[in-house]
Amino acid sequence: MKNKTIEKMEQHPNHFKKLLRKMWEIRIFEETLEQLYAKNKIHGTFHLCIGQEAAAVGSIACLSQEDWIASTHRNHGHSLAKGTSMRAMFAEILGKSTGINGGKGGSMHISDAKNHHLGSNGVVGGNFPIAAGAALSMKMQNKKQVVFCFAGEGATNEGSFHEAMNLASIWQLPITFFIENNQYGMSSAFKKMTRLDSIAQRGSSYGVESFSIDGNDLMSVEQLSKRLVQRMRHGEGPFLVEAKTYRYRGHSKSDSCLYRSKEEEGRQQAYDPIRRVEANFIESKIMNKMDIFEEKQIIREKIWQLVQEVEGDSLPSDQELLANIYAK
Amino acid sequence: MRRLTYLEAVNEALDEALGQDKRVFLMGEDIGIYGGGFGATKGLEEKYGAERVRSTPISESAIVGLAVGASMTGMKPVVELQFSDFITIAMDQLVNQAAKIHYMSNGQFQVPLVVRTPGGSGTGAGAQHSQSLENWLAHIPGLKVIQPATAYDAKGLLHAAISDNNPVVIYEHKLCYPLEAEVPEGRYTVPIGQADIKRSGEDITVVATGIMVIRALEAAEKLANQGVSVEVVDPRTLFPLDKKSILQSVKKTKRVLLVTEAVLRSSFASELSAVIAESDVFYELKQPIERLGGKEVPIPCAKNLESLAVPKVQEIEAKISHMLFKNDKEQTIEKPR
Ligand SMILES: Cc1ncc(C[n+]2csc(CCOP(=O)(O)OP(=O)(O)O)c2C)c(N)n1
Repeated sequence: MKNKTIEKMEQHPNHFKKLLRKMWEIRIFEETLEQLYAKNKIHGTFHLCIGQEAAAVGSIACLSQEDWIASTHRNHGHSLAKGTSMRAMFAEILGKSTGINGGKGGSMHISDAKNHHLGSNGVVGGNFPIAAGAALSMKMQNKKQVVFCFAGEGATNEGSFHEAMNLASIWQLPITFFIENNQYGMSSAFKKMTRLDSIAQRGSSYGVESFSIDGNDLMSVEQLSKRLVQRMRHGEGPFLVEAKTYRYRGHSKSDSCLYRSKEEEGRQQAYDPIRRVEANFIESKIMNKMDIFEEKQIIREKIWQLVQEVEGDSLPSDQELLANIYAK
Repeated sequence: MRRLTYLEAVNEALDEALGQDKRVFLMGEDIGIYGGGFGATKGLEEKYGAERVRSTPISESAIVGLAVGASMTGMKPVVELQFSDFITIAMDQLVNQAAKIHYMSNGQFQVPLVVRTPGGSGTGAGAQHSQSLENWLAHIPGLKVIQPATAYDAKGLLHAAISDNNPVVIYEHKLCYPLEAEVPEGRYTVPIGQADIKRSGEDITVVATGIMVIRALEAAEKLANQGVSVEVVDPRTLFPLDKKSILQSVKKTKRVLLVTEAVLRSSFASELSAVIAESDVFYELKQPIERLGGKEVPIPCAKNLESLAVPKVQEIEAKISHMLFKNDKEQTIEKPR
């Protein structure tokens, strides 16, 4: 008997191809950043979401362009999934005038009003109240848009998480706090910093319906997110989701991961969210190994071309320094 | 004498304090095996155990709050806030609690805690990780605020801060971390409230803080080749402030330039300016007090813009040259009759 995932993929091959392509793009985007960093081309820091792509892609696939997201320092996946231009993101991270934020924000502060991306936050926990505020605003304006607020499990130890959850709960706001539990906040293991089995347990103190899912399973992420979006559109919310996943790379660009073992890394990376979908595709014959290889190669080449193009972009002019401090 | 980097000097002071005083313990995010945000606590968990080198959850307000409670009851916590920008999250505990408890309890309680935190720009980390907010805390009665610029001062002031019976906030500068200086072995203190003449000179006084001390010294060196003699004064502690040494220097040179990385408006440079303007030395100035500081802008990420946002060596040099050579009003300010 075929499993449910395969059946579903066979019914909607193009949809899932689109999602897989997005995951590839995110991963290759970040691998490219690593190479650029090795070549000393990146000033400032970045945080890679390699290994966590299914969480971003599966959830944001259920949102419209009008729905809102708020993200964190580890935002590349969310930003790309929400529709932010990859070119403008490269340019931003390389400090070019053509960056999505004119080079002023950098990797950690990508925001994109056009795509209703409220912004990535360099302050851990900084985004919870902001996202809840956006949800309040949608509710007060009788709009149907909903909010997804992304954060890591470490961020739920900030007071802002608890205060925002409580407020969102008493005011029944259309927001899902989507916590990617990648097991580490910098060097700190989830188990050492939180005496819970799951972040989902935190919802009960605030009367917030909560879920814990395998965040490396694209299908589970998408199914749950779809249900929650629908319920939020009908006036329900807030919700709390823990998506269990794993951060493959170090916390930021300079981290040798002394706090975890190679063996653990190997074990955890066996559940690669992308390879799982690829395996499903092969099994359901949506794509064969060669197709997959070629598609990825094409993306890789395109991205490399993009980078070369962006490298030729101009730097922000000196006048830009003082531009846009205050709104006109 | 042996040389250490600023970062090594901080590490050594922490190591010595942990070794010498059972009441001292460290708290902060990732300060264990990771060694803290910048490596200042490397090796200390291994040596003193996770009870005394406590890695915390990401909870700045709670970390400082716990330190307040622990310090009131016999311990000497030394907190690391990973980036000084996050002091904003701990602000209630620092400003409304730590700073006031001794006073409000009419001296019944002391709050001998230390907060160390790296500030400043230059790493491309953007607006939320690059600020210089030291003046916010220097404003608060009940807090002491320190800004060491050299490895020697970093170690000596950290020891002094740990021995102090008040809440002390130490602003370290990320760009100072790799800088080397001669640092004595063993415990020594640099008194809190004592400025240091980092270079003596005759023609002009530059009062600078943090990384700007280093930049002012470089500028002074360059100007020395042109026959200009610059005195560089490093207050080292913003509060208590060694007004006497600063005024003495200005009295001698009769010209003063104040340099901070922080945005100028309402900055510590403003305070220094007021201190000089309100003193008798004012009448001896050959020209108005000048300030150089950060542009009034959140620190941008792009490298070229970031470096435009705060004073560089060349700007300090140019400003001094301008003050000395291009100023036609060469008379002293007249005392009113
Ligand atoms: C308020 C605040 N405290 C500390 C930091 C430093 N810091 C940046 S990311 C991070 C860990 C965050 O962990 P988590 O929320 O689990 O997200 P992840 O990095 O795993 O995606 C820390 C401590 C920060 N940026 N902001």
